[in-house]
Amino acid sequence: MIKAVPKPLEEIIDLVKDFHKVLIVGCDGCVTVCEAGGLKEVQVLGSSLRLYFTQAGQRMDIDETSLTRQCDQEYLDQLKDRIDHYEAVVSLACGCGVQYLAERYHDKIVYPGVDTCFMGVDLERGVYAERCQACGKCILANTGGICPIARCSKRMLNGPCGGSEKGKCEVNPEIDCGWQLIYDRLKILGQLDRFEQPVDPKDWATSRDGGPRKIVREDLRL
Amino acid sequence: MGRFEPKILAFCCSYCSYAAADLAGAMRLQYPGNIKIIKVPCTGKVDLIHLLLAFEQGADGIMVAGCLEGNCHFLSGNLRARQRVNRVMAILDRIGLEGDRLAMFNLSAGMGARFAEMAREMYAQVLKLGPSPINIARETAARPIVEVAA
Repeated sequence: MIKAVPKPLEEIIDLVKDFHKVLIVGCDGCVTVCEAGGLKEVQVLGSSLRLYFTQAGQRMDIDETSLTRQCDQEYLDQLKDRIDHYEAVVSLACGCGVQYLAERYHDKIVYPGVDTCFMGVDLERGVYAERCQACGKCILANTGGICPIARCSKRMLNGPCGGSEKGKCEVNPEIDCGWQLIYDRLKILGQLDRFEQPVDPKDWATSRDGGPRKIVREDLRL
Repeated sequence: MGRFEPKILAFCCSYCSYAAADLAGAMRLQYPGNIKIIKVPCTGKVDLIHLLLAFEQGADGIMVAGCLEGNCHFLSGNLRARQRVNRVMAILDRIGLEGDRLAMFNLSAGMGARFAEMAREMYAQVLKLGPSPINIARETAARPIVEVAA
């Protein structure tokens, strides 16, 4: 899932300080799971902002809501009857949700309330780690289920590099060497012979090198 | 403005501090009447929003009183509560309210005297801090503007 972290309160205060009616919109999807932008976080942010502006003597009406997803038009439509009451909206969704909300209500000022970080997994509550970079051409079948694009700092296809030491990456000793992980896993699977065949250069056109991407699934369209 | 009498909320766990408060009463121990107790099944039930809303609604101070660490009836509720209290203290410090208006205490059901002492400590702490900036701001906003004749 997409992982995000809440923006510092000071940054959000600075964004909304010139308005008097602000709506905070959460997302019940990924950002709820990583406790950055769900209904609970919306309520905490709303209450914190009300406390701040009250003690500062500034009139500020802050309302709160959360949508099932902000990356779908039908859920964004649920705001259509009320969004005009507000001068600005703070979206606690990931970057996709913030943009889609701004696109749907293009004359409304929309600010992000979280910093979107990566696609990853929950190692434990409050600890998230990157696992996929959405390169558009999955090679996990050949790498023991461990992605060298996401897990190797250099995105090497024929690793490890000379910077791998005692299973750790030279970029940061807290990072596991992705290729060490791949080697260990292939050894367990009895597939070490995969190392005997060099991997051809990757076609990055399916990744960001091909510009902003779009999927069109004709089989799903009406 | 009259003498400041702080409004202090105490979220008390039913397994320990609520019983300790009861014991303090049975022992005829004196503690400030400003402490309003809210009984919760475990301090782990107290979320960030409960604490923030209480401040929004005019609390001058809040204490969260849970079981001794390692003795939570639900294993880790009091540890979660402490973390949440720390998070709210950090938020309060950043938005112009003093984080010290909030405190977490740990005690057992048999510590009636400690409950009374804890309540007195909290009362003294909030008295020292003065009225919540929220209450001051609301009172200032509500005060009628007196026009002075030229």
